[in-house]
Amino acid sequence: MSHKTIAELSADLAQKKCSSVELTRYYLQRIKTLDPLLNSFITVTEEKALAQAAAADERRAKGENMPLLGIPIAHKDIFCTEGIKTTSGSKMLDNFIAPYDATVVTKYKEAGVVCLGKLNMDEFAMGSSNETSYYGAVKNPWDLTRVPGGSSGGSSAAMAARLAPATTGTDTGGSIRQPAALCGVTGLKPTYGRVSRFGMIAFASSLDQAGMLAATAEDCAILLNPIAGHDPKDSTSLDQPVPDYTATLNNSIGGMTIGLPKEYFTGEGMDAGVTKAVEAAIAQFKKLGAVFKEISLPTTDLCVPTYYVVAPAECSSNLSRFDGVRYGYRCEDPKNLLDLYERSRSEGFGEEVKRRIIIGTYVLSAGYYDAFYLKAQKIRRLISNDFEAAFKEVDLVLAPTTPSTAFKLGEKSADPLSMYLSDIFTISANLAGLPAISIPAGFAEGLPVGVQLLAPHFQEAKLLNAAHQFQQVTDFHQKIAPLNVE
Amino acid sequence: MEWEATIGLEVHVQLSTKSKLFSGAPTAYGAEPNTQACFIDLGFPGVLPVLNRDAVMKALKFGLSIGAEIPPYSVFSRKNYFYPDLPKGYQISQGDHPIVSHGVLNIRLDNGESKPIRITRAHLEEDAGKSLHEDFHGQSGIDLNRAGTPLIEIVSEPDITSSAEAVAYLKTLHSLVRYLEISDGNMQEGSFRCDANVSVRRKGETKLGTRTETKNVNSFRFVEKAIEYEISRQISVLESGGEIVQETRLYDSAKNETRPMRSKEEATDYRYFPDPDLLPLVINEKWLKDVKETLPELPWEKQQRFVTELDLSDYDANILSSQRELANYFEQAIKTTGKTAAKLTANWIIGDLLGALNKNNLDIARSPISPDQLAGMIARISDNTISGKIAKTVFEAMWQGEGSADDVIAKQGLTQITDDSAIQQAVDEILTSYPTQLAEYRAGKESLFGFFVGQVMKATKGKANPQQVNEVLKKKL
Repeated sequence: MSHKTIAELSADLAQKKCSSVELTRYYLQRIKTLDPLLNSFITVTEEKALAQAAAADERRAKGENMPLLGIPIAHKDIFCTEGIKTTSGSKMLDNFIAPYDATVVTKYKEAGVVCLGKLNMDEFAMGSSNETSYYGAVKNPWDLTRVPGGSSGGSSAAMAARLAPATTGTDTGGSIRQPAALCGVTGLKPTYGRVSRFGMIAFASSLDQAGMLAATAEDCAILLNPIAGHDPKDSTSLDQPVPDYTATLNNSIGGMTIGLPKEYFTGEGMDAGVTKAVEAAIAQFKKLGAVFKEISLPTTDLCVPTYYVVAPAECSSNLSRFDGVRYGYRCEDPKNLLDLYERSRSEGFGEEVKRRIIIGTYVLSAGYYDAFYLKAQKIRRLISNDFEAAFKEVDLVLAPTTPSTAFKLGEKSADPLSMYLSDIFTISANLAGLPAISIPAGFAEGLPVGVQLLAPHFQEAKLLNAAHQFQQVTDFHQKIAPLNVE
Repeated sequence: MEWEATIGLEVHVQLSTKSKLFSGAPTAYGAEPNTQACFIDLGFPGVLPVLNRDAVMKALKFGLSIGAEIPPYSVFSRKNYFYPDLPKGYQISQGDHPIVSHGVLNIRLDNGESKPIRITRAHLEEDAGKSLHEDFHGQSGIDLNRAGTPLIEIVSEPDITSSAEAVAYLKTLHSLVRYLEISDGNMQEGSFRCDANVSVRRKGETKLGTRTETKNVNSFRFVEKAIEYEISRQISVLESGGEIVQETRLYDSAKNETRPMRSKEEATDYRYFPDPDLLPLVINEKWLKDVKETLPELPWEKQQRFVTELDLSDYDANILSSQRELANYFEQAIKTTGKTAAKLTANWIIGDLLGALNKNNLDIARSPISPDQLAGMIARISDNTISGKIAKTVFEAMWQGEGSADDVIAKQGLTQITDDSAIQQAVDEILTSYPTQLAEYRAGKESLFGFFVGQVMKATKGKANPQQVNEVLKKKL
């Protein structure tokens, strides 16, 4: 059962080949057996999952037949889930039981999705290896000595090991696509504003976007359908028409123009194995009729520094609410108000979070604001303009998702700069608010390689179409990590 | 040495919306602590602000009423600081791009002249909660009912030069927001709060002196006193060779003094930046036009109309238009009495009614005499049923709840005697009763005329038409 996609499981449910309860039990069992190796779940909600599955079966018995009715998935622990602990990977929220559902969670509930539990992640989504989690590092199912990527590391590891047929994630600078690439699964970051951020614990509000990790682009399309659209609770979600993303998957991509930004193909800092897989993917797209064109995105080298001003600035403000006053971690026996703040926050936050709060506070401070924050916002506009110009010439842009395959646990955790550079290819999409997808494109020394496609705003359908066509003629996405329990 | 003061005021006006600026929680005052705050107001993880349209409408109403510039878009910013009654660790306010800028409010000075006070800006922002330091045995309590309540902060240019002008400005502003129905203006409940920036300089000096900001002044009288105190404190510091420290001070009404709260050295860096959870607020022409149509007649427009249409004096028109409720009372009354009695009605309201209300510490909304009752009395004066003097008795009776003017007149038999023969008879009787005085008068002691009038009025229990009494007496004497 574990090799099946959501499209296939949905058909099985519709044809009564299995029930949602059976399916849910199957994945719960897999979690029980395999997750001790991976540490991808923070919370498993077995009872609730089985109750939801039973309810879904009842609805199917009454004749309902929505594609996701009875399909189990797991949520990144950044999404608030009513009555269920929601930690954002932080000690700060270890005792926090969310009193409401995130809009993404609500929409999936309405679609009949079963929630298996909550997935591990870098603390407050700050990290690229899932090593900053208060709940411990997550292991990459392809090599347990390596990281699964981050911040949606629990989502990518659980997906790669098929502990769930799909997982949700969030992407602020690559947090869906980078782990998807490192774990050999498909990960979609929709356009900024396409999916509501309500109930998603904020890291950097102008960059955060909810999305999903799944086995195939088709599954991503099925999963995007119910959550896309305007949410009155999120003023930054946009009121744009929502197409049926599955409807155009089978369109031919013959004649589609794909841009290759030369700045992403300098070879500098790139693993040879990754370059080779990306080149093979380009060849594959050519066979499908796509036309490639070299383009230029001159601001590419400014993306990482811009991101590391904007994201920390927003996070420093967003994380101020975690003050030990109303909920979450509070230090023992505070002496006074200042002591309460200082110790609650010093003890409740991890190192990486504190580093970013400090950077963010600095760049917003009087006297530095213009030089850092304001300048970064101006550059961000230029980065956006670069893409706008590029999309006048091409339909999509293709680039590697990451410069290397999964690195060793501990390899970069002492060196934040090299960790930050692992997001070098993914950050631009967030700064420009563009939709992007990472799809499995091969292996280098036994480790998965991802390739990334980017599209103009609200052109997810085009992205999914191209990715789906690619997956019709390749089988990388069908490979499952060879996890064995002794 | 002569000194002059420069004063700028920042006024926080709570907008009377049903729900909060960024959430659907109710805004009613006086509820049990923490019962009117939802997860958005409490700053829970993952929640997002959604702007209240009604608050925007009310801010626009204010902007349009002072002829301000309404920029095509404004931006919400975060003002970051830590305090337990500030749940998110930042207040959503507006920084460089406020919803209203560059307006003017004309105030009326004691000499009747008008002085324009420029308003720099007015911006939308959310209020914080309240910290309660009593009754918690060394700990503090937090009430977040007020957290997220919509405010507009109205910032004036330093055009004000005395405490009296400051009070006139605040009263005009207060009247305006009540006219516009954008705030209840309740000062005790904190719906209308003022911070005063005060500096002094020697007369003739062009450079402004160092200013202090005095917070927490929540009545017109306290504003006046706090500013007066601050001006004289600054002058005495400077005259004794000291320097003014730029600082925030708190007014203590019990001691009538201001005290330093925090100085600039300790000033927080609020790290303002545009709130990424909210898009820029775009105001289009259509929206502005719609709001413009909802604007009521403004106090100064009403004042003008009272002068030109009703022939009131500038002074009377100003008093009657100073409060929306008072103006409504007046206008309701003259609906019945008609424009010709407007002046008489105005006199009765400004003189007797306001006097009585003042004495009994009542506001016009709680007047025991309704506008219709007052109008009924005015009508009887106009048609000569009662004299102005008798009207005082009728007024008193109505105040005591004895019904309409006609009821009182009938019950107490107060109808004026206008029948000539009756008056002649009364005069004859008096002249017969006082032969000595009559002889003296006829001998040239004309000052006795008043004596005879008084006796006739007394004999008729004040009901005789005084004018007629005069005429008859003149003839007969």
